[in-house]
Amino acid sequence: MLKIEHLTKMFGGLAAVNDVSVNFDAHKINAIIGPNGAGKSTFFNLISGLHQPTSGKILFDGVDVTAMRCDHVAKLGVGRTFQTTNLFEQATVMDNLIVGHRLRTRSGLWDVLINSRRLQTEEKECRDKAREALDFVGLAHVENRFIADITQEERKRVAFALALATDPKIVLLDEPAAGVNPEETEGLTNLMRKMVKNGLTVCLIEHKMDMIMRMADKILVLDHGEKIAEGTPEQIKSNPVVIEAYLGSDDDAAA
Amino acid sequence: MFYKLGSLMMKPGAKLVLVALAILFPLVAKNEYQVYVMATAFIWAIAVYGLNIITGYCGQLNLAHGGFFAIGSYALGLLTADYGWNFWPAFVAAILISAFLGFLVGAVSLRLKEHYFAIFTLCVGFIIYLLLDKWEELTHGAIGVRDIAAPSGFGLVDFSETTPFYYLVLVFLVLAIWFMGKLSRSLLGRTFIAIRNGDELAESLGINLMRNKVLAFILSTTYAGLAGALYAGMIRFIGPEVANINHTFDMITYLLVGGIGTISGPLLGTMGIVWITQSLQFLEAYRMIIFGPLLVILVIFIPRGIVGSFLTWMHRKTQELGPAKRRQESKVTAATTTEAENNA
Repeated sequence: MLKIEHLTKMFGGLAAVNDVSVNFDAHKINAIIGPNGAGKSTFFNLISGLHQPTSGKILFDGVDVTAMRCDHVAKLGVGRTFQTTNLFEQATVMDNLIVGHRLRTRSGLWDVLINSRRLQTEEKECRDKAREALDFVGLAHVENRFIADITQEERKRVAFALALATDPKIVLLDEPAAGVNPEETEGLTNLMRKMVKNGLTVCLIEHKMDMIMRMADKILVLDHGEKIAEGTPEQIKSNPVVIEAYLGSDDDAAA
Repeated sequence: MFYKLGSLMMKPGAKLVLVALAILFPLVAKNEYQVYVMATAFIWAIAVYGLNIITGYCGQLNLAHGGFFAIGSYALGLLTADYGWNFWPAFVAAILISAFLGFLVGAVSLRLKEHYFAIFTLCVGFIIYLLLDKWEELTHGAIGVRDIAAPSGFGLVDFSETTPFYYLVLVFLVLAIWFMGKLSRSLLGRTFIAIRNGDELAESLGINLMRNKVLAFILSTTYAGLAGALYAGMIRFIGPEVANINHTFDMITYLLVGGIGTISGPLLGTMGIVWITQSLQFLEAYRMIIFGPLLVILVIFIPRGIVGSFLTWMHRKTQELGPAKRRQESKVTAATTTEAENNA
């Protein structure tokens, strides 16, 4: 599904991501872990095209997306969320979500001027898609609430819905469970499982170890931009390098 | 009580009442000067709508807006006064020139983000001023452009009179607001808003940043050029001062007071401030003592302007009044969806 070969990103003299090769399979939950500053978010930015890699290759469904611009990568089916999702606080959840399907539409300025049939159909499509995504994440009831008035966990779900509205094949979730309580974390975990059940591939960055160990099919461990391990949760748990570099050095993360 | 008044103001009929009031205004105005002030305010409002597209909706603080207003004015002025064009062809040309220059400036300046973009456009605005002031062969320098043609009324009306010109400006203002309304509700408007919320998120949603930003910029300079051309047609004499950076900051003030990123904000802000300025004219420069603190208070406490805050308040109120019951039901649905997920 997603094949990454010798991916490197230099920021000046600093290698934020250094020679990372990994293979993420379709319809699985893939997790990326590592201490702060390990290059996890940069890794996501490289895949989604926000940053251009210094060297290496990224293949998505067999297509070379290495040098592709972010919006093209999104059109190919890579959806993503950010650590902090900047939504329009003073607009309703629905209004924020409609634009999610924009990339599958073609209406331009001319359509607005003449109020073309295409614009009307496409606006309806976008609205339907947004509603579908909202239903999927279980937030149909907050459709008309302002983003400013919903909870942190609901915002996380809205961010998921926004990524889902783009009709992705793979979703990159950057710390989806940061700042939500254990009970809600459980809910989000179930939601990610539901995504996979519905044919999606999930890639996530997360610090909550217990959550990762329970849900991930595959874990990639980064440290100082380098891959230090990859494998199933069992393999990672017992890997001495990981324990040394990450779990052992940070008691909080292990807890 | 306030809520009822508010929902009344949001009814579609409210627009018609406003238009009717605007049509009746010259009949009830005390003197021609008031009609003149109103027409000027309408012209500025059109320009502020343009600023609202690039800054309010697309989130790019464009400080060259006054410069493009001046380009529209000068294009019309020079074409009619120096090249003997009729008003209407020159008017169309002025708008096209503003749009085209907007494309050129936008394609370069929008490579920069946030503050850098603002500073760059500040410089562009100043360069436009310098060109108008110093390029004497083309612009007559500090002397300015005289004998600008008034719009020809095709023998029916005389637009060199204040009141007919007022109605002409009103027509363009209504058109400008009509398009703004359509744009804001369309997918294109939502695309602009997504860019305002953040470049990275917008890009990840598959939005072509550059194309959409340049389009928003062109639309804004088109509005500015249209307003500038109308201004030249009304004043009939323009100098480089029309490109003064103060005009840009005035427009930003109108936008902030009225409500940035809203449809009626630019109109309300422009009308309000222009008339307050008029009524405080006896204070001369000291009126800034009143405006300064007022603006600071406004930006701190109601950053989304009068209209923005009003709309938020209305929406919350509607949500509170209507669906108190619906929310209880929705809690139940929320619980069931989580269950469904667990079972899935």
